[in-house]
Amino acid sequence: MPTTLDGGGLFRVHSGDVPFVRYLNPEGQPTQPLPSWVKDGQQLVAYYKAMVKAREADRKAIAMQRTGQMGTYPSCLGQEAPGVVYGSLMKPEDVLVPYYRDLPGQLLRGVELSDIYLYWGGDEQGSAGAGYGQDMPNCVPIATQAGHAVGIASAFRIRDEHRVVVITCGDGATSKGDFLEALNLAGVWQLPVVFLVVNNQWAISVPRHAQCGGVTLAQKGAGAGLPCVQVDGNDVIALHEVIGSSIERARAGKGAVVIEAVTYRLCDHTTADDATRYRENDEVHKAWEEEPVKRLQAYLHEQGLWTPEQEKSLQKQITQDIHRAVETYQATPLQSVSELFDYHYAETPKGLRQQMEEMLGGQNHE
Amino acid sequence: MSDDKKTLVEAVNLALDHALADDKDVVLLGEDVGTNGGVFRATQNLKQKYGLKRVMDTPLAETLIAGMTVGMATQGLKPVAEIQFMGFIFACMEQLVGHAARMRNRTRGRLTCPMVMRAPFGGGIHAPEHHSESTEALFAHIPGLRVVIPSSPVRAYGLLRSAIDNPDPVLFLEPKRIYRVQKQTLPEAGSRLPLDTCFTLREGSDLTLVTWGACVRECQEAARKLAKGGISVELVDVATIKPLDMDTILASVRKTGRCVIVHEAARSFGVGAEIAARVSTELFHELRAPVQRVAGYDITMPYYRMEDHYMPSCERIMSACSRL
Repeated sequence: MPTTLDGGGLFRVHSGDVPFVRYLNPEGQPTQPLPSWVKDGQQLVAYYKAMVKAREADRKAIAMQRTGQMGTYPSCLGQEAPGVVYGSLMKPEDVLVPYYRDLPGQLLRGVELSDIYLYWGGDEQGSAGAGYGQDMPNCVPIATQAGHAVGIASAFRIRDEHRVVVITCGDGATSKGDFLEALNLAGVWQLPVVFLVVNNQWAISVPRHAQCGGVTLAQKGAGAGLPCVQVDGNDVIALHEVIGSSIERARAGKGAVVIEAVTYRLCDHTTADDATRYRENDEVHKAWEEEPVKRLQAYLHEQGLWTPEQEKSLQKQITQDIHRAVETYQATPLQSVSELFDYHYAETPKGLRQQMEEMLGGQNHE
Repeated sequence: MSDDKKTLVEAVNLALDHALADDKDVVLLGEDVGTNGGVFRATQNLKQKYGLKRVMDTPLAETLIAGMTVGMATQGLKPVAEIQFMGFIFACMEQLVGHAARMRNRTRGRLTCPMVMRAPFGGGIHAPEHHSESTEALFAHIPGLRVVIPSSPVRAYGLLRSAIDNPDPVLFLEPKRIYRVQKQTLPEAGSRLPLDTCFTLREGSDLTLVTWGACVRECQEAARKLAKGGISVELVDVATIKPLDMDTILASVRKTGRCVIVHEAARSFGVGAEIAARVSTELFHELRAPVQRVAGYDITMPYYRMEDHYMPSCERIMSACSRL
């Protein structure tokens, strides 16, 4: 964690480094003594189930896009672990400020899978479901959600509420001023925010090394006076430790933390992208050896915490859940045309009502 | 309310003061709004009165101010953000257009943005570069936003109270050229003015002058002078640029048959063009002359030694009116 040294007078000297946290290596072998909550396996099995469900839900989304049943979709293949962890550790009254690759976390927050499909199926109602609570909708313009995160955290502070904001973003987002401005405020106001940078190595076609000259992305927090930590983003045990302690720290009023979860985007940027244009297959094959589901499965098998029968029954359950979500999504009726106008203002102004009547009446003049 | 007469900026201060007192969800934020009370003193003494949790000096970062205002509003606070000058508001554009204006729509009402963004705007005070712009049209173009511009202390108080009450994002632009030129006795504390109605400031029968903000002063002067020459001018202060109250404007032009629109912003693609289009469409057969615009030119706002050449003067307004 960074520290400050008094350099005398106006001058202060910063020194510090960014720790890297890992408990399971890519083969699922512990690299250091494991925390006690791991022992009975319950939480780890829950993480495993959630990751498998997210992966299958993601696979279904891509399949629907490929068959014309859904629009452009950004897959989360390979980066399921951070989401299932923050999704499990946040309290219901906390607020998630996601980017647009957060399906695993949103499912655990209580968002209906059918709403996630509805959203990517081109319908605003997909951001309206009760499952979102006060969580923010997917944020498409990169890093712009960072300002929202610190604004929401400021609201908690103003009202003396012990709630926490978790904001996610990708590696590319850390290059934007929005991100840095938000870190700066979180540092100076000691806001209850967990900044979770999901570094999946690729911002569409731009690799991590071309994005930023810093050794880590986490260290961007140092300039704002925030603790910074890098964590193996494919290791749910490490993620649980780091995200859990950061949420607790924030809730206790001790301020924000910047976490960089190092993972890999095993998929294209979106279904409209072709990653073979800009990255080598070798790199992707190597990344598959480190992916989070296989890693946790290896550990659970080794510990006798997960059996082939359990796997079979999980797959069956997930298939049913996804089937139901697809049915709900596809059965959702189109909104009425008037709803295109209804939500711009609490009360629709007269001029806008007239335009709506034009649209409904098929007239094309004032 | 006390008998003290107030300037426009004092009326803004009083509206903020009363809103903070009446509603614990109202908070102020911006650069130098706290201890310093704002560079124009619009937030003077409010931090001292309501504390630093409700009147917040932010870091010097406009994008951040806009973003956090959106975040606060989604939590049900009613944040009133100050952008120190309109020339610095462009860093807020992405937040206003991409988030504030569409939050209600994209979540189908699950989350909303009851926020106000205040900014002093306009030329005529011999300010540094980037301190004199009038770009209200950029914001009026955005679905989901409201744009409000007061032209007197009374309207500043009533419109700002309504803007803060309003459940949607409001851009509240304060014509700084007239911050301190006129004192008025304000109506009863807490009084509101509607956010969808133009104000008819002077009745007349020959010609309608349509304007807003600081230009109301030059238009009033022009109307007085034209009256001496026997031309009866009706003067409409638009005040709520968006949503635009066309009913009042159309009723006036229907009566007078002539319409001159006056604004400080650059002429092309502006609010004046929208009003002219609507008047022409609705009143083509009633118009006795083409709709005229007296506006800033399509040039960069001149630095202050030459800014008078840019501003719509009383002479330019009278000349346009006389041509009809």
